Amino acid sequence: MIHFENVTKAYPSQSRPALESVNLDVEKGEFVFLVGPSGSGKSTFLRLILREERPSDGRIYVAGRDLARLTNWKVPQLRRRIGCVFQDFRLLPGKNVYQNIAFALEVIGKPRRFIRKVVPEVIDLVGLEGKADRMPDELSGGEQQRVAMARAFVNRPMILLADEPTGNIDPATSIGIMKVLDRINRTGTTVVMATHDAAIVDSMRKRVIELEYGKVVRDQSRGVYGQAY
Amino acid sequence: MRAQFVFSEVWVGLRRNLTMTVALVVVVAISLSLLGTGLLFVKQVDHTRALWQSRVQLSVYLCSNTPLSSQCVKNGPATAAQIAQVRQTLEQLPQVTHVTFLTHAQAYAQFKQEFRNEPVMISNVPAGDIPASFQVKLKNAQADAANVTAAVTGMPGVDSVNDDSAILNNFYRLLGGARDAVIVVAIILIVAAILLVANTIRLSAFNRRRETAIMRLVGASNFYVQLPFLVEGMIAGLFGWLVAVGLLIGARTGLDGLQQYFPFPVQLSLADLLEVVLITMLIGLLLCGTTSFLTLRRYLRV
Repeated sequence: MIHFENVTKAYPSQSRPALESVNLDVEKGEFVFLVGPSGSGKSTFLRLILREERPSDGRIYVAGRDLARLTNWKVPQLRRRIGCVFQDFRLLPGKNVYQNIAFALEVIGKPRRFIRKVVPEVIDLVGLEGKADRMPDELSGGEQQRVAMARAFVNRPMILLADEPTGNIDPATSIGIMKVLDRINRTGTTVVMATHDAAIVDSMRKRVIELEYGKVVRDQSRGVYGQAY
Repeated sequence: MRAQFVFSEVWVGLRRNLTMTVALVVVVAISLSLLGTGLLFVKQVDHTRALWQSRVQLSVYLCSNTPLSSQCVKNGPATAAQIAQVRQTLEQLPQVTHVTFLTHAQAYAQFKQEFRNEPVMISNVPAGDIPASFQVKLKNAQADAANVTAAVTGMPGVDSVNDDSAILNNFYRLLGGARDAVIVVAIILIVAAILLVANTIRLSAFNRRRETAIMRLVGASNFYVQLPFLVEGMIAGLFGWLVAVGLLIGARTGLDGLQQYFPFPVQLSLADLLEVVLITMLIGLLLCGTTSFLTLRRYLRV
């Protein structure tokens, strides 16, 4: 599903590359934790998958596409197959829960009948039954993150990227968020989650990829966060 | 679905920076109406020029009892033979289409008719002072006047040659100057309009950066992301154009009002107005559309 081949990403203003000769494979339906200290290259890794950045060297394949050969106007099609969740939720404050989720479908031109059918389904999936009419500022952080996950998942992406989704959320609520991510993963969606949350990584017992200074230093199939931290 | 989404976004965008939108509409309206006025001016000048071109003639005055040139003073009034000679010369020139002879008596009658409101003038000018003349029609009043003038000037019996178009040329120069001034101001305003469009779109893009960031993230196509902004700029342009059309129709009515002061038709046909209105619409839409598009390419990259 995601295939990195000797990928290096160097930013012009920095002496050390953000990613250096990264080789890895993420299979369809996998759940992967991406761990490592700040600046280790996790965000760059995610941005490369979305093609917000292009690698300085090496090849990246996402959902069977060679990103180097993807023309600019085809990038939106790639992004429709990838859902994204962030630490800061990124909801539209002027729209309620339903509208925030529907927005993701409206802007890719989905018919209204389809939207009316799938949005309530996904609201149920993330556990926000009965809260479709709430505005983001009426929701708790955990609930807002559920809305963001619903928005990321509503178009049934093949891959879900989560960049520290529990970073702004207390541990008890984080468990709920992880349950939703797990549920999404069980539908066959590949999940890649960058995180600093050792407790969550240790409890989930999923594959762990550890980055340090832009290099993969550990890739364990049923890993833990690691002793050093 | 798509159209509804785009228009609701456009509506939100226009409302959110209302002051900029109003400024944009006003500037587009003024610049387009000035440009339209300039174009109407051009048409008006063309029309009157064509009208006068057919009437303009060369007057070849013959020596009379009160001559102007030294030649006439020396030789006295033109003789019948000299007059015949001048007529023959004129009629043989290829640039001349028509020659009419105006006798003393006819010229005096015409003079009295033209100055009928100024009896003092008439009583002070004796009949013999008004010279007989040849009224010469030219094929091309602009180009041929100098040649024909040269051909007959200095001939025995010829007092002076007067080119009507020389007077009209001054008038045209004045009109042309006014037209150029209007167009220059219009162009300056159009530059201002372009900058305003760019700024409005930039503000709009900034106001909706959250929305556009999410649109890009979920894979909305470039077209879909940019269309609301493009339509926004063009709708503002369209409103400006509508105001400009109102002003132009007012200008045409004003021109009609001037009709009473002119002995020839000055009003423009509806077809002329329509043409100018369409040209300004195209310019307005093109201006707003292209500027929005170019601005977006800078501020809304994938």
